[in-house]
Amino acid sequence: MLRLEKRPNPSRFWLYATPAVAVALTMFVGGLLFALMGKNPFEVIRTIFWDPVFGEFAFYLRGQLLVKAGPLILIAIGLALGFRAGIWNIGAEGQYIMGAICGAAVGLAVFPTENRLIFPVMIVAGAFGGWAWAMIPAILKTRFNTNEILVSLMLVYVAETILAKAATGFLKNPEGMGFPGSRNFSSFPAARNSYIVESLGLHWGGVAALATAVLAYILLTRHIAGFQIKLAGQAPRAARFHGVSPARLVVMCMGISGALAGLAGLFEVAGPAGQISIDFNTGYGFTAIIVAFLGRLNPLGIVLAGILMALTYVGGEMAATNLGLPSAAIQVFQGMLLFFLLAVDVLTNYRFRLGAGAARAAGVK
Amino acid sequence: MTELLRVDGVTKAYPGVVANSDVSFSISEGEVHALLGENGAGKSTLVKMIYGLVRPDSGSMTFRGQPYHPAKPAEARRLGVAMVFQHFSLFEALDVAENVALGMESPPPMRELAGRIRAVSEEYGLPLDPTRMVGDLSAGERQRVEIIRCLLQDPKLLIMDEPTSVLTPQEVEILFRTLRQLSAEGTAILYISHKLEEIRALCDEATILRRGKVVATCTPRDRTAREMAELMVGAALTPPQRHPGEKGEVALGLSDLSVDSPIPFGTSLKGVSFTVAKGEVLGIAGVAGNGQDELLLALSGELRVAPDKLRIASAPAGDLGPAERRKAGLVAAPEDRYGHAAAPDMSLVENAFLTAGVRRGLVKRGFIDWAATRAFAEEVIAEYDVRTPGPDVAARALSGGNLQKFLIGRELNQSPSVIVINQPTWGVDAAAAAAIRQAILDRAAGGAAVVVISQDLDELLEVSDSFAVLNEGRLTKPRPVLGLTMDEIGLMMGGAHGMEVAHHAG
Repeated sequence: MLRLEKRPNPSRFWLYATPAVAVALTMFVGGLLFALMGKNPFEVIRTIFWDPVFGEFAFYLRGQLLVKAGPLILIAIGLALGFRAGIWNIGAEGQYIMGAICGAAVGLAVFPTENRLIFPVMIVAGAFGGWAWAMIPAILKTRFNTNEILVSLMLVYVAETILAKAATGFLKNPEGMGFPGSRNFSSFPAARNSYIVESLGLHWGGVAALATAVLAYILLTRHIAGFQIKLAGQAPRAARFHGVSPARLVVMCMGISGALAGLAGLFEVAGPAGQISIDFNTGYGFTAIIVAFLGRLNPLGIVLAGILMALTYVGGEMAATNLGLPSAAIQVFQGMLLFFLLAVDVLTNYRFRLGAGAARAAGVK
Repeated sequence: MTELLRVDGVTKAYPGVVANSDVSFSISEGEVHALLGENGAGKSTLVKMIYGLVRPDSGSMTFRGQPYHPAKPAEARRLGVAMVFQHFSLFEALDVAENVALGMESPPPMRELAGRIRAVSEEYGLPLDPTRMVGDLSAGERQRVEIIRCLLQDPKLLIMDEPTSVLTPQEVEILFRTLRQLSAEGTAILYISHKLEEIRALCDEATILRRGKVVATCTPRDRTAREMAELMVGAALTPPQRHPGEKGEVALGLSDLSVDSPIPFGTSLKGVSFTVAKGEVLGIAGVAGNGQDELLLALSGELRVAPDKLRIASAPAGDLGPAERRKAGLVAAPEDRYGHAAAPDMSLVENAFLTAGVRRGLVKRGFIDWAATRAFAEEVIAEYDVRTPGPDVAARALSGGNLQKFLIGRELNQSPSVIVINQPTWGVDAAAAAAIRQAILDRAAGGAAVVVISQDLDELLEVSDSFAVLNEGRLTKPRPVLGLTMDEIGLMMGGAHGMEVAHHAG
């Protein structure tokens, strides 16, 4: 009989091996799934993981990687800080939308003025939009002890409704011949999030993501706020004994993750997306949850995980167009990654033991 | 006397630890036999095997001349072995008779059972009304429910695991009278404890366990408590040295402090007042659950009160949080080490920072000086003899006693002016406990004001200058320990139950 036994010390090996094993298992089971669907599993896996980096169209797709990874990393780092503290912001998608709307609204309000300050102000407005949206579940939690998971998640659907209203109403392009959608920022240089290195797909959002990763790493390892975040997540009573106010921590973590999600939305709307449209949000806020865990809630790990997840996005699109794979199959694939990650993660703190006698003793203890 | 139970060469191993190794001893009918040993010596595993909860790996047992290897407790009970656990298994929302019925294989009708409970309780001097709700009973009365549940089975052998840890001195007297009566009627009693004076007063024979092995057997009445403690620990013990000094000015004062408990089913504090002077140790006794946890929270700053209800060095401090109180000179050590005083999954270095950051200046402009923190952790490990492979292991990897030495050292080495400790030596072996008490006394001698909250009366009398009892959230007026008799302490502890206890004690 197999039995789980808690390790006296968390395993360093499994801490780092878990993501690799989870990716391997996902490839294997995903391959089986694709084979059942009548596709050649090796071809699909190669299309998803190999072609975007080394294939025929890699010169274009490589750039797409960072474009997709940027917002994922930015959002995931914010979420990871909260997750470490045991604060579960599931509504980054909504904060992402609200950041985009706020930032875009500031830019569009002054169209077509050309001033160097416009883009920086839009960045601040984007971060503010996400922050404010995250403050709703934060304050409800601290004041009325509501569940932040439910409230933040439900606010995603409210944000989507506001987005539809913005695209068809208050931010609609007056010169858009009645079509939904705002003005396009590609024709508004002062407000545009332009590429810094086009071949790498590096825009200001990517720079912000990488800088945030470094800052968050320093925060978690060196700063007292990072210590308090980790402490609150691992031992809430010890955190109160240390002197952390749970309410302040909720407001801080929700605020940071909301602001970062808002930033990601602003960089997206002013850059790759170009405009506020009804289907502006593509699920980055939810996928970032997977990225945060795949990166072990560690900012540097999240950078790698974000790039890997971007690969499944870019490669998945390739597989969808070239091999006729339904896009839902790619989502199943991404979901499997989180599932296997959490399953293999048990090995960090537990180990398997064989033996019926020992199991009996543990059973009655 | 005829032999009742013989345990022969019993061995039981768990992954990584041998709980019992080749243990042998025997009990005669009517004998009160003590099983003595430190925490982790293997006492619990041994009695669990006798009670059928754990099966031995090897060795044999004989009960009333027959081979005895119970597969489950029900079998052990059928043969005449009963056990009263340290932690009760009672339902608070049911009455006494219903609780007793739940533990029986085929309970008689309720009316008949209630009659039998009354009869047994009168016969053995354990007053108990079968119709009362268990939720309304005191800890001592709950224990009586468990004992009567056992007695109804007419046991040949009664196992009692640390029965006195929840009792007031008067309740202990009542219990001992019952046990002596049972023994006179021929029931053998296996009595587990580490309270040596109790064992000397009650037991005929003692088997002493150390690290899973029988190291000695003795007749407790012929030995001193000190001798038995040394057999238990395997080393000579030095009692803590007191350095009686001049009492200084008041360092900590509480005046009429009342606060609601944040703990579900907790006990609110009601008008608690006391002062502790520099160099003074105030011992606060009381049965668990009478407001000890709440008092610690109120003192550490996790529970805040009006500013002038609590003063540190005469400055109002009631509204300060834990970090600010540390800055003002007050350090605290909660009872629960895994999760409250320490984060179990964090390293010792991180746990050192947990409370020492403020007073040891380990934070510079918001950034943690990990090198200095590590040096502090190593200092505590070396000075307090903490057995650990290094400062980077997770706190949960340390044994209870070792972690407690680390955590007490962490607080004491911050040069505090006020020290508050809840249960300083709970679950700690005798040698480590002596070291911890000595360290506390040394700080007091150095001018710190100390509050020790404990359920161990011997410990409090050993370290305290003044003594008070917490009962249902109220604190008695502190009295000097010098000249305090056990009877007076018992009356202080009796509190709301005082009437009843006095009645039966008289």
